[in-house]
Amino acid sequence: MWDYSDKVKEHFFNPKNAGAVVDANATGEVGSISCGDALRLTLKVDDDSEIILEAGFQTFGCGSAIASSSVLTEIIKGMTLDEAAKVTNQDIADQLEGLPPEKMHCSVMGREALQAAIANYRGEVWTDDHEEGALICKCFAIDAVMIEEMVWANKLRTVEDVTNFTKAGGGCASCHEDIEAILEKVLAEKGEKFDPTAAPVEAITKIAAVKAPLTNLQRIKKIEQVLESLRPALMADGGDVELVEVLGNTAYVNMTGACNGCQMAAMTIAGIQQRLMEVMGEFIKVVPASEMKKLVNIEVV
Amino acid sequence: MKDIYLDNNATTKVDPAVVDMMIPYFLEQYGNPSSIHKFADGVAKGLKHARQQVQALIGCEHDSEIIFTSCGTESNSTAILSAIKAQPNKKEIITTTVEHPAILSVCDMLEKEGYTIHRMPVDKAGRLNLNAYKNLLSNNVAIVSVMWANNETGTIFPVEEMADMANAEGVMFHTDAVQAVGKIPMNLQYTKIDMLSLSGHKLHAPKGIGVLYLRRGTRYRALLRGGHQERGRRAGTENSASIVGLGKACELALEFIKYENTQVKAMRDRLERGLTDQIPHCFITGDIYNRLPNTTDIAFEYIEGESILMLLNKAGIAASSGSACTSGSLEPSHVMRAMDIPYTAAHGTIRFSFSRYNDMSEVDEVLRVMPGIVATLRKLSPYWDGNGPVADPEKAFAPVYA
Ligand SMILES: Cc1ncc(COP(=O)(O)O)c(C=O)c1O
Ligand code: FES
Repeated sequence: MWDYSDKVKEHFFNPKNAGAVVDANATGEVGSISCGDALRLTLKVDDDSEIILEAGFQTFGCGSAIASSSVLTEIIKGMTLDEAAKVTNQDIADQLEGLPPEKMHCSVMGREALQAAIANYRGEVWTDDHEEGALICKCFAIDAVMIEEMVWANKLRTVEDVTNFTKAGGGCASCHEDIEAILEKVLAEKGEKFDPTAAPVEAITKIAAVKAPLTNLQRIKKIEQVLESLRPALMADGGDVELVEVLGNTAYVNMTGACNGCQMAAMTIAGIQQRLMEVMGEFIKVVPASEMKKLVNIEVV
Repeated sequence: MKDIYLDNNATTKVDPAVVDMMIPYFLEQYGNPSSIHKFADGVAKGLKHARQQVQALIGCEHDSEIIFTSCGTESNSTAILSAIKAQPNKKEIITTTVEHPAILSVCDMLEKEGYTIHRMPVDKAGRLNLNAYKNLLSNNVAIVSVMWANNETGTIFPVEEMADMANAEGVMFHTDAVQAVGKIPMNLQYTKIDMLSLSGHKLHAPKGIGVLYLRRGTRYRALLRGGHQERGRRAGTENSASIVGLGKACELALEFIKYENTQVKAMRDRLERGLTDQIPHCFITGDIYNRLPNTTDIAFEYIEGESILMLLNKAGIAASSGSACTSGSLEPSHVMRAMDIPYTAAHGTIRFSFSRYNDMSEVDEVLRVMPGIVATLRKLSPYWDGNGPVADPEKAFAPVYA
């Protein structure tokens, strides 16, 4: 069975705030019965102060789904709606002392139920852009939908490309067969054929960039500018990014707050990378600073 | 109360008599069976005896029809890949939607290589349609592979009849009998089954030992090539201790087969009757009139299997679930989907599987704790309201995104 933290077990065996809040004035329902996880969050919000007085959950799901729901209600009770809106799925996972990668989506579901409930209270319609596929890369918790999207968006052709853009496949490598299957499928849809020996997308971009090479200083300045322009969007999601080092065309960043360490972080990193490449017209690889030591050593050798 | 193990379809405890048989092969007779010296001279005899013990359990004509492998999975892969290698012009395979992944993944791979795979559907009770099967049989089919008994529901397929039908069309027939061997009597010499897989750890032998039964005269291409072991049909130094252990386990299984179909069955029956009587909104999945004697798979509606298992585990009871969450996949078990069990029930299936090591007091203990566990989780469920499911559950709670 899963290696659940004691905190997850505690919230699962003795869930807090189970059941619907009587006379609730905000409800959020998210999840998918086909995937086996669904959550209804009910809140009682004080109309004057917008403070969450009571929170209750009803969850159909596994141990970590129930624990995520329970801990979520504990986190948000007493917060104002504005404060609650900033709660991220990473906050939920942190409160639970971590979740296995396969179960990270339970914390995402918690955050989404909260967003939906807040929207419901404010009379807004909450839509999500959430689409989830089968988990492909266990090392980095990256699913099929995300890989497919990146392959489409960035014309990726090899497993190496996929690793560069999403991190998927960059760990133990046991997911490479599945990544190849995705490449085969998407390329077939585009009328192309998968060729494992194709030149990586990176190399092509590099050649293009040779024409007007940036100096390292120019590059760092440009990267800073781009990150600055992305910051408001990241902060709206409860996160932030900090540039730690630039080595060649690799930018090492620290992701903080939202989603640090989960599926969303990889997506965010890939998004930043894409934006950087668009603006700068050269290949830039964005890597979490935590990877720096490992990679620098490899480069030196 | 000591912990209760009701997960015998996943794997079993090794019988102490089996362990006793094995130990000398680790400490004394550890020589390579191919060697000519006194560390090895008892080994060949041990292997021969084990082969006969397996032969007796499955009722095959010759002991040379037994090929020892490393597991059920290897036997399955060997059978299918052998059939297509030996008959390169036949490009179709017939199997079912409810096979173990050890068959389905091999078929998926072959499909990518251009093979046509006929995956026969099952009805809501997990049964096959033999007329549809008959229509699929043709000269283009390299092999039919149909499991004898399903690992999740215990449903038994009519493989003897199906092997006859295949044979009449000149088509090779393989059965994954990993769950059936030792639980139901069989006599392969009177069937038209060409190949059969079994696995030691499902019948109180150790993990990592299996058998491929290969009817004499069946065209065959070895998967693992190398030494002359198993008459060149499966190279690799014999796992002598485990083979001897498996032999003993087969002898015991034969001895207990009546017990399995009376006492063990009685425990299973009492459990499932008790649970379905006491707990509303649950039902037994599979073909209840045609099942392994030791298996019951029950869907508890409106709650999720992993949660149930965690609470059972806390109560000292081990079982299994077809829920998506226990495997980390997004879909509930393919067997439940194939039977068209609704999602609100498929995620909440629990399989209890018995062995001769269980007793009635354990059944009573499960009956004592299970209603409370189900009630606790239903209290948390958005599909449940007080004493019953909400009206029209799939509409009353229809969350965003699918
Ligand atoms: C029906 C069936 N086939 C094959 C296997 C695989 O057997 P093994 O674990 O020996 O590879 C199993 C066991 O899980 C099974 O239940
Ligand atoms: S699972 Fe993808 S690299 Fe390990």
